[in-house]
Amino acid sequence: MESGPVDLGGFYGTVDIHLELEERLAKFTGREEAIIYSYGFATISSAIPAYSKRRDIIFCDEGVCFAVQKGLAASRSKIKYFRHNDMDHLEQLLEEQLKLDKKNPAKEKVTRKFIVAEALYMNHGDLCPLPKLVEFRNRYRTPIFLEESLSFGVLGEHGRGATEHWGLKPGDVDLICASLETAMGSTGGFCAGKSYVVDHQRLSGIGYCFSASMPPMLAAASIKGLDIMEGSPQIFSQLRDKAVAMRRLLRGTPGLRVCGESVNPVIHLQLACPSSSRDTDDELLERVARECIDSGVAVVVAKYLKEELKLPPASLRVTVCVELSEDELEKAAKVIKTAAAKHIL
Amino acid sequence: MRIIISACSVVRDPRATPKPLLQQSSWSSLWHLEAETSEAMSNGSAGSRPPDMTNPGRPRAQESFPEPPLMKAVFTHLSYGILILLGHVCDFLRKLGMKRDPYTEALKNEDLFKMNLDFEMFFTRNIYRRIRDCWNRPIASAPGAYTDLVDRVSDDCNWTFRYTGTKTNCLNLGSYNYLGFAENTGPCADAAYQSTLDYGAGTCSPARELGTLDVHKKLEALVARFVGKPAALVFGMGFATNSMNIPALMGKGCLIVSNELNHASIVTGAKLSGATVKVFKHNSVKSLEAILRRAVTDGQPRTHRPWRKILILVEGVYSMEGSLAPLPEIVQLKKKYKAYVYLDEAHSIGAMGPTGRGVCEYWGVDPADIDIMMGTFTKSFGAAGGYIAANQDVINYLRGASHSTTYATSVPAPVAQQIITSMTIIMGDDGTKEGEKRVAQLLDNSRYFRQRLTEMNFIVYGNEDSPVVPILLYEPGKVTSFSRELLKKKIAVVVVGFPATSIVEARARICLSASHTRDMLDYALKEINEVGDLLLLKK
Repeated sequence: MESGPVDLGGFYGTVDIHLELEERLAKFTGREEAIIYSYGFATISSAIPAYSKRRDIIFCDEGVCFAVQKGLAASRSKIKYFRHNDMDHLEQLLEEQLKLDKKNPAKEKVTRKFIVAEALYMNHGDLCPLPKLVEFRNRYRTPIFLEESLSFGVLGEHGRGATEHWGLKPGDVDLICASLETAMGSTGGFCAGKSYVVDHQRLSGIGYCFSASMPPMLAAASIKGLDIMEGSPQIFSQLRDKAVAMRRLLRGTPGLRVCGESVNPVIHLQLACPSSSRDTDDELLERVARECIDSGVAVVVAKYLKEELKLPPASLRVTVCVELSEDELEKAAKVIKTAAAKHIL
Repeated sequence: MRIIISACSVVRDPRATPKPLLQQSSWSSLWHLEAETSEAMSNGSAGSRPPDMTNPGRPRAQESFPEPPLMKAVFTHLSYGILILLGHVCDFLRKLGMKRDPYTEALKNEDLFKMNLDFEMFFTRNIYRRIRDCWNRPIASAPGAYTDLVDRVSDDCNWTFRYTGTKTNCLNLGSYNYLGFAENTGPCADAAYQSTLDYGAGTCSPARELGTLDVHKKLEALVARFVGKPAALVFGMGFATNSMNIPALMGKGCLIVSNELNHASIVTGAKLSGATVKVFKHNSVKSLEAILRRAVTDGQPRTHRPWRKILILVEGVYSMEGSLAPLPEIVQLKKKYKAYVYLDEAHSIGAMGPTGRGVCEYWGVDPADIDIMMGTFTKSFGAAGGYIAANQDVINYLRGASHSTTYATSVPAPVAQQIITSMTIIMGDDGTKEGEKRVAQLLDNSRYFRQRLTEMNFIVYGNEDSPVVPILLYEPGKVTSFSRELLKKKIAVVVVGFPATSIVEARARICLSASHTRDMLDYALKEINEVGDLLLLKK
């Protein structure tokens, strides 16, 4: 199996192993069909503009990650941001739109509306209240696009993501997009949903049509990953337990506070007292990260660009892996605390 | 109504220049420099035509873009008109409940996505769907000179496919395998395998965080040396190399001057950058100069302040046309108007030039004159991803400002190793002549194939030396028949039609490879000749 794709998906770039991966992903997530992309970032940023065009409206959380922001920009749609995880604000925006729709039903008929959110926010670490979003979806007839890069392989009893975590039916969320570069440890990403919806991306998803397909070897790696996920369902609860444990261990880190949902293995340690200069904060955290690396614990300062819609606070990002033992987590937490004490206070 | 009217009218080809219809000459060159009025060209024109680098005595390679014959254009529009009418009839029957198909079944529930609103969906449902067996054909082997196509049939007019469980070994004229590195055996495969054992599959981190491996450093140094620039940066996806870096280089107050036939990734990058975008006619130096002159004299709209930066975006080889950008003339223009040049070598790196270094080597242009050189590893290196090569300060800037290095995971280690191994072979650094042999074989194949097709009176676009050979088919019915007939003869070709090309210029796009032997090409030519006679494709 060679490591390069050598062609676009539509022109002999679809290898049988891609079809197998798509089928397996669709089955795993409980959806009718899945489509795979060769690049995680390209997944959601191609999916959104495939459905939403210039005259359409998207209700989006302010705290979405950069990939979603690029998808929104590429769609050229009218974006209405609601405050991060503020469901009342979203409801208010939807109600306002409903009033406008009633005034102009002809326009409403030709305007699409979507809600875009992340299941587990990459920049903030918290969960999105999905049941509430589904309620809005049903009440206002507005489909949901859910970014699940951090929740796929993390949330839910079998790691199927946010829909399983919240006890919802797969059909309640119209389209999920997830990267295979996070929990799966491979490359690429996928979207899953109803057949006629997902199939549309095969001609309209620019990251799919105009790009080479995933290297077959890396598709095989993802299939093996799915085998492991299906064969060892206990790893998800183990991962979440370790995430909770690590958060507990990191509590009380001098100068830093632990942020985000307790079961999220991606832990943001934000500065308790940030200064007025972002550069100073980043440099301080870099020194802490460097100290940790020198002591044998690799942590990173979360990197952002100034083009972000709302620049998240400066933070150190600690990611928990299910293969780390309790001892290793304790040792790591100790190193981080020592480094923080040395540089921040 | 608008659709039917536009489909039935003779749409003016945006690239058409007022030329007479081609007479019977088999190889008349219609492309000529349109810069007679430009002083820069009249001063330097004699010396600016680089000789053929492989054969200094040979005149400059010709490019040709014959106009579509009038009757073909008429029949093409008529075909689309009939298809659209039929589509509307089918939709009407669906509404009345008299036509049941998987689409109507799927839409029994309310369509929250309102998929019916765009012409795109109408086109997909009623036109593309009928012939979609010609695309997305799965393969079950490495896409080398021959490839195994997975057999599939449809019991419901292409709504769904059923796999029969068998495979057909076909001659592969569709994959971008220019130098034949799409192999699952050999030094590249072995090195990639070892790399997987050492580093795993994915890197799980962006390059700016924990995603930079020592193989990436090695690869970047190698790429810079290969293309002849001081430094390079590599990215995990070719498309994203354009769409995520052009916005980092250009912004508001900047001007992008882009070739009208540039790839979707360049168009996306230009759109997302926020810069003003102006489009010049395909390969028309006159059109480009007019825009540059206007930009420099008029400045930004309303304020008339000078543009912060002007960037000319061109591709080395245009994959749908088989044409080459006139690089020497573009470089002269860029120097005259103090603009920058961004060269996308997705299809030319490894495939053009005596040692495969791309169009700069082909034209004899100094790489230092091209400000940003971009390319992908998908075509000639049998890998994935892309690179940008430029001066050190530009690369240093991009390392911190690129969307890809900040948010997207870096090139997987086995892929990086594949590129290193194949590039080393092409450069001859492995101590063999394998690279040299492959590059020469590709050029020979390209010239031979195109020449034979032209002798058979097919209408072929593009440059003599380009490995991409588009054969014009025009009518949508012929597009599908060409593909299906050749598949019966166990030849896999790629056909492209509207909306990927203009409505009149549907084509078959042959991609030649160094792994094709003369016998394979002769077999393909024989079969294409027969199909061409059957479908009345010749002049």
